[in-house]
Amino acid sequence: MSTAERVVFQHVTKRYPGTGKGNPGAVEDLSLEVPAGKVCVLVGPSGCGKTTSLKMVNRLIEPTSGRILIGDRDVMQGDVIALRRGIGYVIQQVGLFPHQTIRENVATVPRLLGWEEARRRDRADELLALVGLDPARYAERYPSALSGGERQRVGVARALAADPPVLLMDEPFGAVDPIVRERLQNELLRLQEQLAKTILFVTHDIDEAIKMGDLVAVLQTGGHLAQFGTPDEILANPASEFVARFVGADRGLKRLALVRVRDLELRPAPTARPGDDVAAARKRAAADPFPYLLLVDDANRPIGWIDDRRLQSLDSLTADVAESESPLFDRHTTLKDALSMLLEAGVQAGIVVNDAGAVQGLVTVEMILERTRAAAEDGP
Amino acid sequence: MIEVSWALDHLDDLAFRVAQHIELAAIPVMIGFAISLALAIWAVRRPVVRGPIVSASGVLYTIPSAALFAALLPVTGIEIQTAVIPLTLYTLLIYLRNMLAGLDGVAPEVIEAADAMGYGRWQRLLRVELPLALPLIVGGVRLASVSTIGLVTVSGILGDRFGGLGFFIFEGYRHNFGIEIAFGAVPTILLALAVDLVLQRLQGRLTPWAPRTVRAIDPGRADPGRAVAGGAA
Ligand SMILES: Nc1ncnc2c1ncn2[C@@H]1O[C@H](COP(=O)(O)OP(=O)(O)OP(=O)(O)O)[C@@H](O)[C@H]1O
Ligand SMILES: [Mg+2]
Repeated sequence: MSTAERVVFQHVTKRYPGTGKGNPGAVEDLSLEVPAGKVCVLVGPSGCGKTTSLKMVNRLIEPTSGRILIGDRDVMQGDVIALRRGIGYVIQQVGLFPHQTIRENVATVPRLLGWEEARRRDRADELLALVGLDPARYAERYPSALSGGERQRVGVARALAADPPVLLMDEPFGAVDPIVRERLQNELLRLQEQLAKTILFVTHDIDEAIKMGDLVAVLQTGGHLAQFGTPDEILANPASEFVARFVGADRGLKRLALVRVRDLELRPAPTARPGDDVAAARKRAAADPFPYLLLVDDANRPIGWIDDRRLQSLDSLTADVAESESPLFDRHTTLKDALSMLLEAGVQAGIVVNDAGAVQGLVTVEMILERTRAAAEDGP
Repeated sequence: MIEVSWALDHLDDLAFRVAQHIELAAIPVMIGFAISLALAIWAVRRPVVRGPIVSASGVLYTIPSAALFAALLPVTGIEIQTAVIPLTLYTLLIYLRNMLAGLDGVAPEVIEAADAMGYGRWQRLLRVELPLALPLIVGGVRLASVSTIGLVTVSGILGDRFGGLGFFIFEGYRHNFGIEIAFGAVPTILLALAVDLVLQRLQGRLTPWAPRTVRAIDPGRADPGRAVAGGAA
């Protein structure tokens, strides 16, 4: 497996013929470094130079000035064909070869590199499986017999075929419906955990940028880099009015998408089991500012809540006295999702459970709001 | 039945003329294909030459076939070139139109993907662009074949060493003998239909990935020679 390599832009400028005064270049003096193995998302309004920046990496477009390095090598030095065979490329329209089967499509770069038939075939099938397409079902089909989402997966498999250290993706999920897009995004993140490629990913959707990027480069019309940083830095401290407007007024809320339940200090849940002594349970509930008692089973899995007043009138604790339910979260739930689930259910607290379903603690609306306040105070 | 006995008497002649007809059609169809392919590739590589190439082949296409055969006669004499050269020239526009449309029709994202994967210029042409243009290229071959099979008859104007089945048509006119005209016209039509059918099958075989609806581009023109081809097509 090839190792990922860093990608560096050094004062890169691209001016198309006819650009001059009052007609800015497509990319102006772009400098940034994407460390090896990281996902850098280029985001910005239409026409801000995202595609141009990306295509200069594999020399589909040649820069007017400046340098681009992969590892320590200037892309402008050496053979352009060899360069391209070492860089994966995925575009919105996919661009599968209609006259070749899915397997042949995926094996394109290995074929150009002269791999033997058997090795190409194994590699193509391995990659199809990796992107979630059963080779037995899909390998012999032509692209016209695939859905848009399936084609996009094949596009990703094709880009990965020769195990390139760098992957360029230009709005790869821009043409599929939101549900498929969400799934493809999650699959790419899962793949990336395994592969750790250096990925340059273009989108004009700030939410996608925040979700996919280890780093986000916000580009401004005219090809200026408006800000470069982690998603959280960009949401917390927009460098300019432009960035603040581009990320949106709800950036506090968006930041919640970056924080997960595991990042919070959970509130301990006041719990009791059926058969426990009622008086003791009452005392415990009274000592807690939270006026509810959570009934759990022997494995510590939640059964339901009993409220304070109800507790006063009970003689014994049984499973059937528990009433209202709460949303269940796990460690990976984002605070944004947690908040919306709580608002939806109209309750104060959600229960955090582990993989076995056992109660770990509580997350309350208040805790989440506290977090947004902290986020807002970080801002300018 | 004088007609029947005439026909039976001339079966040997018929076989000879069918063979001649196929030869006179096949040579221009093949040479025209090679020339056009080279010109089409040149035209997509160098957009400046494209206009002149297409215009020139268009002008040639408008020259009436009988006139062109006659014009060449003093230059090349009673030789096979005299028939083959005009017939070849007439295929150029048909081929070029279809080859260029086929190459133009390759989706830009497919070209971009091919470049980005690291295809060289010729590799891209041979492995991506030409295969994808194939439905229209073969469509051009069908049209050029049918058209040329029709036009071969007109080469009968050069005398009885030419014309293929057209020989019978010219003779039939001269003698005002209907069966002889039919003796030339009917097999010409059948030949054109048969060749078209075979090439249509081939088209499907060569491009299993393509939709079945690809239609070749027929330049169309006003020429007496086309009457025969038009009847056959
Ligand atoms: N071949 C070209 N000739 C002249 N100008 C061009 C060319 N290609 C792009 N441009 C211009 O360069 C600028 C940047 O284009 P680019 O395609 O990089 O934008 P983008 O950020 O990818 O936009 P989008 O989100 O719409 O895809 C635009 O103003 C565009 O009009
Ligand atoms: Mg773009």
